[in-house]
Amino acid sequence: MKISISAQGPNPEALVDPRFGRAAQFLIYDTDTDSYEVLSNAESQDAFQGAGIKAAETISRHGARVLITGHCGPKAFSTLKAAGIEVVTGAEGLSVSQAVDKYRSGQFNAANSSDVRGHWQ
Amino acid sequence: MILAVASGKGGTGKTTVAVNLAACLPEPVRLLDCDVEEPNCHIFLKPEIHSSERFTLPFPTVDDNRCNGCGECSRICEYNAIVSLKSKPLVFPELCHGCGGCVEVCPEKAITESRREIGTIRSGTWRHVAFVEGLLDVGQTLSPPLIRAVKQHVGTGGITVIDCPPGTSCPVIAAVHKSDYVVLVSESSPFGLHDLALAVDTMRKLDLNFGVVINRAGPMDHRVADYCRKERIPILMEIPDERKAAEAYSRGLLLIESVPGFRKLFENLYRRILSESRRNPGSMQGDRRDVEGIA
Repeated sequence: MKISISAQGPNPEALVDPRFGRAAQFLIYDTDTDSYEVLSNAESQDAFQGAGIKAAETISRHGARVLITGHCGPKAFSTLKAAGIEVVTGAEGLSVSQAVDKYRSGQFNAANSSDVRGHWQ
Repeated sequence: MILAVASGKGGTGKTTVAVNLAACLPEPVRLLDCDVEEPNCHIFLKPEIHSSERFTLPFPTVDDNRCNGCGECSRICEYNAIVSLKSKPLVFPELCHGCGGCVEVCPEKAITESRREIGTIRSGTWRHVAFVEGLLDVGQTLSPPLIRAVKQHVGTGGITVIDCPPGTSCPVIAAVHKSDYVVLVSESSPFGLHDLALAVDTMRKLDLNFGVVINRAGPMDHRVADYCRKERIPILMEIPDERKAAEAYSRGLLLIESVPGFRKLFENLYRRILSESRRNPGSMQGDRRDVEGIA
């Protein structure tokens, strides 16, 4: 199973990026192979609107089943939900590997809704 | 002839210039209030409104039975308003600019257009001036399509004055697009000059012919006049910083009808615009015009 983590840097020691849509990049952790790969988020960073929607599409196309991030807005959340991706928010302050460990040990609950408001609302 | 009144900085006097200019122009004249986030020309002209219609934008609706989840709609959408995840696409109407790209590219012809209301267009008259304004609904952000719809009323013959939104972004570009001359209203303050310079850059990029009106001109601050001379931009008019003008404005009155000498000022502005627009048809790029008439 693939877990996607919004990350401020390109390695597991990097901090979780609190932003989802405009995240610096994603790390994809594969539980089957216990390995990480870097997934660019450039398309969303360049988007002038709908960055969260685009980012959700990006990780979905990459086969992620879980997202660990800091915060998630309403449009991103509905896109992730439609893609069947489990969303975990509140992981800011942790490194990517710490966040993955915390998730795997069952200490994170899946989010039922977005935790921040959309723009212009 | 289409005259756009723009500014860069907000609150410099675009509406004041637009309404007073339109009011002293010969018939036929039209005034289009394209500052659709807060149109206020009607406060000064008090037009009689004859018609009011809701303005709508198209957005996609997907037929589940036809969609095969190919994702073409999602790929063409520059606005991330439609996203396909190997299933029926999700649509975010508030992000949709109504370009119709998704409808065009869908190989299954699964997408049709629905419409959502984003504002109102009101038309009327004030004396000899035909008046049209756009009013964007509260909470909507997409003003350029509404501005373009208001500009459908440009008409032929005579003069159309367009009151533009402030700034230098998409709404302003939509408002000044295809105008014959742009009047940039500024004020002699650090902010006024800073934002005027941005507006000047924008007009040059758009290859539009323009001049500057300095509002609340006084003896203390010459920075805008100095800038215009340096950049060889014509100063079309200086509106004196008079208490009577401020009082008339605060009561919603036309300056040309309530402050002595102001009708003459605006009539001269019109003549000046005519001669400037004739003298420089087309581009101001690489401008080497003379600085005759600059105060």
